[in-house]
Amino acid sequence: MNPRVFDKLKTLADAAKFDVSCASSGTSRSNPQKGIGSAAGWGICHSFTEDGRCVSLLKIMLTNHCIYDCAYCLNRRSNDIPRATFAVSELVELTLEFYRRNYIEGLFLSSGIVRNADYTMERMVRVAKDLRLQHRYNGYIHLKSIPGASREWVAEAGLYADRLSCNIEMPSEQSLKIIAPDKDYQSVFRPMHYIQQGFLQGKEEKKKYRHAPRFAPAGQSTQMIIGATPDDDNRILHLAHSLYQRPAMKRVYYSGYIHLNTYDTRLPALPAPPLVRENRLYQADWLMRFYHFGVDEIVNEVHPNLELELDPKLSWALRNPQVFPVDIQTADYEMLLRVPGIGVKSAQLILTSRKYGRLTSENLRKIGVVMKRAKYFITCRELPAFTVQEARPEYVRRMLLSPKHKENKQLAIDFDHALLPLRSNV
Amino acid sequence: MLYFLYDRTFDGLLTAVFDAFNRKEFPNRIVDQAIAIPLFTDTFSVITDVEKSKRVFIALKKKISTSALNMLFVCYLSEMEDVEMMIFRYIQKALASPISIELNFADNDVLSLSKIYKKVQNEAMHIKQFVRFQKTGDGMYFAVVDPLYDVLPLCSDFFEDRYADQIWLIYDARRHYGLYYDKKQTEQIHFETPPAFAIQKGRLTAEQQDETERIFQALWKDYLKSTTIQARKNLRLQRQFMPRRFWKYLVEKQ
Repeated sequence: MNPRVFDKLKTLADAAKFDVSCASSGTSRSNPQKGIGSAAGWGICHSFTEDGRCVSLLKIMLTNHCIYDCAYCLNRRSNDIPRATFAVSELVELTLEFYRRNYIEGLFLSSGIVRNADYTMERMVRVAKDLRLQHRYNGYIHLKSIPGASREWVAEAGLYADRLSCNIEMPSEQSLKIIAPDKDYQSVFRPMHYIQQGFLQGKEEKKKYRHAPRFAPAGQSTQMIIGATPDDDNRILHLAHSLYQRPAMKRVYYSGYIHLNTYDTRLPALPAPPLVRENRLYQADWLMRFYHFGVDEIVNEVHPNLELELDPKLSWALRNPQVFPVDIQTADYEMLLRVPGIGVKSAQLILTSRKYGRLTSENLRKIGVVMKRAKYFITCRELPAFTVQEARPEYVRRMLLSPKHKENKQLAIDFDHALLPLRSNV
Repeated sequence: MLYFLYDRTFDGLLTAVFDAFNRKEFPNRIVDQAIAIPLFTDTFSVITDVEKSKRVFIALKKKISTSALNMLFVCYLSEMEDVEMMIFRYIQKALASPISIELNFADNDVLSLSKIYKKVQNEAMHIKQFVRFQKTGDGMYFAVVDPLYDVLPLCSDFFEDRYADQIWLIYDARRHYGLYYDKKQTEQIHFETPPAFAIQKGRLTAEQQDETERIFQALWKDYLKSTTIQARKNLRLQRQFMPRRFWKYLVEKQ
């Protein structure tokens, strides 16, 4: 192996690291021809870097030369950094050798744009094609679709890749135009649309012919940068919501802005990346995807931003005390999901277990319900009736925020609230 | 106190269930026949009989689903103290109940077993994540692992499917046996004494390694270093996902 590969790997891994997606889930493919590799259907993380992010795919760029000058990007034309380009064969060998040693689950290939979008796409597709056809590689491949790429190349990419992605980058078109003058929403949405069409078409053909080629079976994902522009969470989550309405869209990633471009005045000088906000956005994203929340319930004109100190579900619950307490024994699945402290798994366990008898608070705790939070929002046998109704939302908020709070609530009740008529244990 | 002694096989455990019902004598504990038994304890030695275990299996199949049966086997692999009794009681309840008990998580045994199941499956997942093959001079891919539970049987299909065109060996340093795949099938190989490579902490010496091995290990370390975002450094998070106990056999942590 060429000794220059060491330098290339360092440069191009460094260049690719701000892509958040590392998912290797969504495709299940076994290896009947006894080639190399399989896709497990669920993601497998093979290592974790010092920033705690998982390494599932070999996330790398084909080249970090780029004709664009997007202010947020490390690889913008005007940035003075070392540049490198992988040969297709070098990248194929690297992927296979890492794969054989169980270091990675597959390849995530992205690229800076050289000459034009199609020229770049062609080279990326060649890597995927070589892996699939020449080396009978069945592992995961995630290809980045270059903004502005034509339908033909997106269609070809979809034949070899498990997932395609096209980053929307900024939560609004105005922001994108200011920060990345060479891009607009059209250039992002068009490839996204091609992927969606290919995906649906592939599914349709699969119904008719069993051996019809699969088109990007793990769908597509996208990513936007948080905190680089004044867009609020309302805007971000509504955009994410509308993206999730598209059939092939599997994930929207949020990436907290890191202030790397120190000379550009279009970007804010954040002292640290907005990690808490990013986390809250992911929680809100989960509420939309797995907890049956409508986006307007999480953020709206009145509450345009997520609360940083409370998770969005608790925040919603405290804004809507009228729907609580929820009776564990009779509430439907949708309602159980809305109780802070009950997740998808515990909600399902409650549903199945309560058929056998009444659940006690001890049962709930063992099932995995976080009683510290849930106790204010539920009624079940032998739990003291001191719910958000009796205690008022402000009190619950204070209780759940103060870290030093002792479990003994007799000591914790202050005089304002001690005057409330407390029901005795039922 | 009545102890049932068995040979630590799953068939042995099911035979114990059969014998208990047959003799109408129910054990307080079911333990490995090799351990020391406390004084003043009655014992009964279970002699593993595949016929008996099959009959228990068939009876169970009428009462619980295949996934619940599979769960029992996975829990048995945990090798946890007294998991035998939990399985025993689970079977007892399953056979006695007119409807399937497998979803009654308000029952202590059902819940504990479902938790143990999760733990064992997690450990199997960890093995799939953190196996690091080293290529030997003769072209075999070789890895050492040290799982808390006996999970190699659960990983065998996964590795066989994924690395179908290479010869590999995964060695369990705690239990002194390994899975060996020769491009045709996977088999278990048992070692009488820990082999040399286990003593050198799973590291192959320079002579044993393929000449490219060193290069790809170095590339892998370089890659992980370059892909880290320093502004988001969070070592606690890293340890949470990749517990320390796996580090000794991880290439990137040497």
